Amino acid sequence: MVNAWIVASLAAVVGGAVGFFVVMRGASFVAHAIPNGSFAGAAGATLVGASTIAGLGIFSVGGALGIGLLGRRGRRDVATALTLVFMLGLGALFLSLSAESSEAAYSLLFGEVLGISANEIVPTLALAVASLIVLGLLWRPLLLDSVLPERSSGRRLLAVDLAFLLLVAMTTTMTVPVVGTTLIFTLMIAPAAAARALTARPGVALALSSAVALVTVWGAIALSYTTNWPVGFFVGALGACAYAASHAAARSGDGGPGRTAGRG
Amino acid sequence: MQALLHAIVEPGFFADGAVQTAAALGGVVAVVAGLIGVFTVIRSQAFAGHALSDIGSAGGSSAYLIGLAPLWGFVGISVLAAAAMERIGVQRARGRDVATGVVLGVGFALASLFLYLGMTYHNASGEIPTILFGSVFTLSASDLPLVMGLGAVALLVVLTLYRPLLLASVSPELAAARGVRVRLVGGAYLLALAITVALCDLTIGAILSTALLVGPAAAALRLTGRPHRAALLAAGISLACTWLGLLLAWDSFYWPPLRHGWPVSFFIVTLVLIAYLAAGALARGQTKRG
Repeated sequence: MVNAWIVASLAAVVGGAVGFFVVMRGASFVAHAIPNGSFAGAAGATLVGASTIAGLGIFSVGGALGIGLLGRRGRRDVATALTLVFMLGLGALFLSLSAESSEAAYSLLFGEVLGISANEIVPTLALAVASLIVLGLLWRPLLLDSVLPERSSGRRLLAVDLAFLLLVAMTTTMTVPVVGTTLIFTLMIAPAAAARALTARPGVALALSSAVALVTVWGAIALSYTTNWPVGFFVGALGACAYAASHAAARSGDGGPGRTAGRG
Repeated sequence: MQALLHAIVEPGFFADGAVQTAAALGGVVAVVAGLIGVFTVIRSQAFAGHALSDIGSAGGSSAYLIGLAPLWGFVGISVLAAAAMERIGVQRARGRDVATGVVLGVGFALASLFLYLGMTYHNASGEIPTILFGSVFTLSASDLPLVMGLGAVALLVVLTLYRPLLLASVSPELAAARGVRVRLVGGAYLLALAITVALCDLTIGAILSTALLVGPAAAALRLTGRPHRAALLAAGISLACTWLGLLLAWDSFYWPPLRHGWPVSFFIVTLVLIAYLAAGALARGQTKRG
């Protein structure tokens, strides 16, 4: 229980922080596609007997590169969709070949946060710190490119974009084994969208986003522990509540920043 | 000759009842998805389409929970989700991404709950892969009229609105200036999209149905700029991928591991991706020559 709490908190902080840029760049689809597609990596790893983390890492990085490179020519959303479904198709194949039980598929897709063991804390912590450092290094270029993409040259734009995709991939690798492919998506979108509705200042929004994600996860774990219902359900429900509440607050706040900046 | 044919098509393919049903149902769905998908790609709503199909897994699992046919669950929840997206702002280019994401998050939450309840109280473990990844071979011929009816409704909506929808998709401002009710047209399209996605959910599964919706249409739009030609081409590509996928899945029964077929959805998705990449290469070759 304590292990679950620590690991999920780490996931929430990193997810909320990375999510800020996801929402800012309008990259929700990517944030959904990379974690969801990396599920195939975990399924493949069980098939060949490799470690889950390695499978997740390879597939999430592969997915990020696939989206980045396919998306250079043609439409980004189409590239994302096709990369995602191809990875999922592979996942379906791996699952079917390994005769994996559907409970295992379920826990990969929706997480198994209460079953986290103590030896998963250190790798998760390491990846979380690494993600935050990368985020710190990318802070200025990411912010600039997200707000004013036309200011940057094409080549640098591509580099920053690929770096961002790899950051999402790293966050995915760290969080999927513990919280599932769907939970991390919700943690990246709803808190960040809520934070953006409340403030237009990037630093404040980022901190707020992480805070909302933390509260969401803590609430979800507590509720899941008492009701025995899946954590993913509560994360999704609480995240949506936070989003709705922040928008209501921004609207009643007399044309606050949410009016102008929080719509993205 | 006979031996060659047998090597390509393992015996029994055309005579098998399940295959005939799957080919008919999959064919209808593929054509509808290809036609509708062209607008999804033009309107850049691939994420919305994908989200609707993912949310469909909540519908499929809830229908199983209360004992309804999965198709009704898929249709019901997709239409509801489409309404929610329209309400939050899927039509505005800026708010769309987050609106879709938030609705998808809620959909996932419900899916995880329903699947959990299904596993816990109904011992529905075997149903989960079917809901998520589809299983066109398990469909029964009695589904055909319903699938055709729903497909016809979706096509009718798009055909009726063809010109205003096209205009509103390419240039909302111009459409509004010409008196097109952009939001109404967009909402109606979203409804057609929701129905189409529900049909795809049934055949290739909730989390893979985007492949049929987006892939063939995007491939077709790389080859031609004319919308109606692209729509027909997309329907053709989609149909070809589906039928070839069925054939390969049938053949895969004799591949390793023996006596264990590979999933149809895997073949369909892979073929769609190949079609998209091939269309890109073809289009580039044409521009180089021209």
